[in-house]
Amino acid sequence: MTLTTAVPAPPAPPARPKVAKLGRPNFFVYATLAVFVLGSLFPFYWSFLVASRDNGMLTERVPPLVPGGNFFANAAQVFDSVAFWKAMGNSVLVATSVTLSTVLFSSLAGFAFAKLRFRGRDPLFVFIVVTLAVPTQLGVIPLFIAMSELGWAGGLQAVIVPNLVTAFGVFWMRQYTVDAVPHELIEAARVDGCSMIRTFWHVCLPAVRPAAAVLAMFTFMTSWNDFLWPLIVLDAGNPTVQLALEQLQSGYYTNYSLVLAGTTLATIPILIVFLLLGRQIVAGIMQGAVKG
Amino acid sequence: MTVVQAPRRDDRPSAVPPRPTFRHRLSKWDVKYSPYAYIAPFFVVFGLVGLFPLLYTAYVSLYDWEIGDDDPPFVGFENYVQLFGDGQFWNAVGNTLSIFVLSSGPQVVIAVLLAALLNTRLRGPTGWRVGILLPYAASLVAIGIIFANLFGNQYGLLNSILEAFGLDRVDWQAGTLSSHVAIATMVNWRWTGYNALIVLAAMQAIPKEINEAAVVDGAGPVRRFVSVTLPLLRPTLIFVVITSTIGGLQIFTEPKLFDVGQGSNNGGSSNQFQTVTLYMYQQGFENFDLGYASAIAWMLFLLIVVIALVNFLITRRLASTEGGRR
Repeated sequence: MTLTTAVPAPPAPPARPKVAKLGRPNFFVYATLAVFVLGSLFPFYWSFLVASRDNGMLTERVPPLVPGGNFFANAAQVFDSVAFWKAMGNSVLVATSVTLSTVLFSSLAGFAFAKLRFRGRDPLFVFIVVTLAVPTQLGVIPLFIAMSELGWAGGLQAVIVPNLVTAFGVFWMRQYTVDAVPHELIEAARVDGCSMIRTFWHVCLPAVRPAAAVLAMFTFMTSWNDFLWPLIVLDAGNPTVQLALEQLQSGYYTNYSLVLAGTTLATIPILIVFLLLGRQIVAGIMQGAVKG
Repeated sequence: MTVVQAPRRDDRPSAVPPRPTFRHRLSKWDVKYSPYAYIAPFFVVFGLVGLFPLLYTAYVSLYDWEIGDDDPPFVGFENYVQLFGDGQFWNAVGNTLSIFVLSSGPQVVIAVLLAALLNTRLRGPTGWRVGILLPYAASLVAIGIIFANLFGNQYGLLNSILEAFGLDRVDWQAGTLSSHVAIATMVNWRWTGYNALIVLAAMQAIPKEINEAAVVDGAGPVRRFVSVTLPLLRPTLIFVVITSTIGGLQIFTEPKLFDVGQGSNNGGSSNQFQTVTLYMYQQGFENFDLGYASAIAWMLFLLIVVIALVNFLITRRLASTEGGRR
């Protein structure tokens, strides 16, 4: 023993703390994280809990902690009270078209900024980055005036068109395209006689698919959850899901089982998407943060 | 290479007039102009819904502009003058700042600590990360309603818990501070995990050698966190603080849904939690005074710029002095 310790003595000091650092986290770390995850889950669970019972539950001193059997009855009532199917359909239509167009236009612009040479490229890109700081919310009043002039107010196009492409999307796709698409590949396609647009479609787009997927998920969620602008520009008869929820709540008397059945219905689709794709979304956030 | 190129050069003069020119020219145009076509959609959309509205807001704010008004009278800076004397506006500014401080302060601190926990060698790291990020997927409106219910005065779960412990129930909606705390809780619930992941990404980008060097120098975990990790996180912390400033100062959905008088834009019975955006919405789309609402929008914009700048300077300084010798 003494002999062996004598020999590797010099490298020992750095080695020992290294082991401590790389050791598994202790119970405290897991417990704290578990508290946070439970805290993240709780509001969802609570809303389902109330939604699956009747309003009387809320008056009980000790609220029950397991779901009851009234969820479908409450959900049916939601569909009777507001145009929930229509709202769902509207939200799907808006979010899907906004997502498709944002991904397409952002990838195209990202390709141009990352790989093509043209006059004014760098200043134009800097301009886009600067516009990231302009809060779009502040433009709602003139935008509303403009939409009224166009006769678009109340129509879904008033929600779709302003979101066709975003500065964030362009920035995001450009950052990814710079590394993901080698210049040689583009040159090879050009030598083979590909036009620019074909080069984009057949060479660039397949290579940037992961970033496009993450952008698509972000855009879909943001669009699905948008509230202020639809509230301003749409009317009560033609709502998105978020507006329908607000209508449910702003009635004269609040039936919480009904309202929370509505929130549960509106949350389930996006929660499923999130749980299926959570891995990629997390990877996307991590990657974006490193680059941004 | 030279062998291939040489004959081409010779061919060129004779081949100038007929067909290669057209295709060549087409391809040249393609190279020269198609990039502009690819970036055009952004500039068209931004021009229409970003730049134009921002300038037009300033224009509208100089008029006594009511919804449906065909010929609004020009009033110059009267809207702004009126705004400076408007107690409800300053009340809204105060509420916005208070909610902002209560939300982004704890949010950033907890996010950094959470990121430090997530940065250990966890079992199933992705599972934990997805769990932490879960609130980000929630619909803002749904969450607003759910939290308003949890914080309800009569039947809210929180008050039931307080009573179960023999404490007094709190009328979350009625009090100024208590309503701000409740709204800040919603904001924090939604964004802390998201910010933690952004900070975590930056932590993972820190080279291992730096930490190992600190270990060799005898620095404990806390010391390493304060003296090595935090300073290196500076750009990310600035990013997180700035984005949460911009988001936090525009807060609208949470206070709108937190009101007991549902569908109201008052922000509580005595405007105790009416934010600037909510006030802007009330002036513009409840009272139909678009000119005044535009003035509020511009004041909010200036407020955001000033506070983002102040935060930027503070964060930069904090993160660098904590680094000590650099």
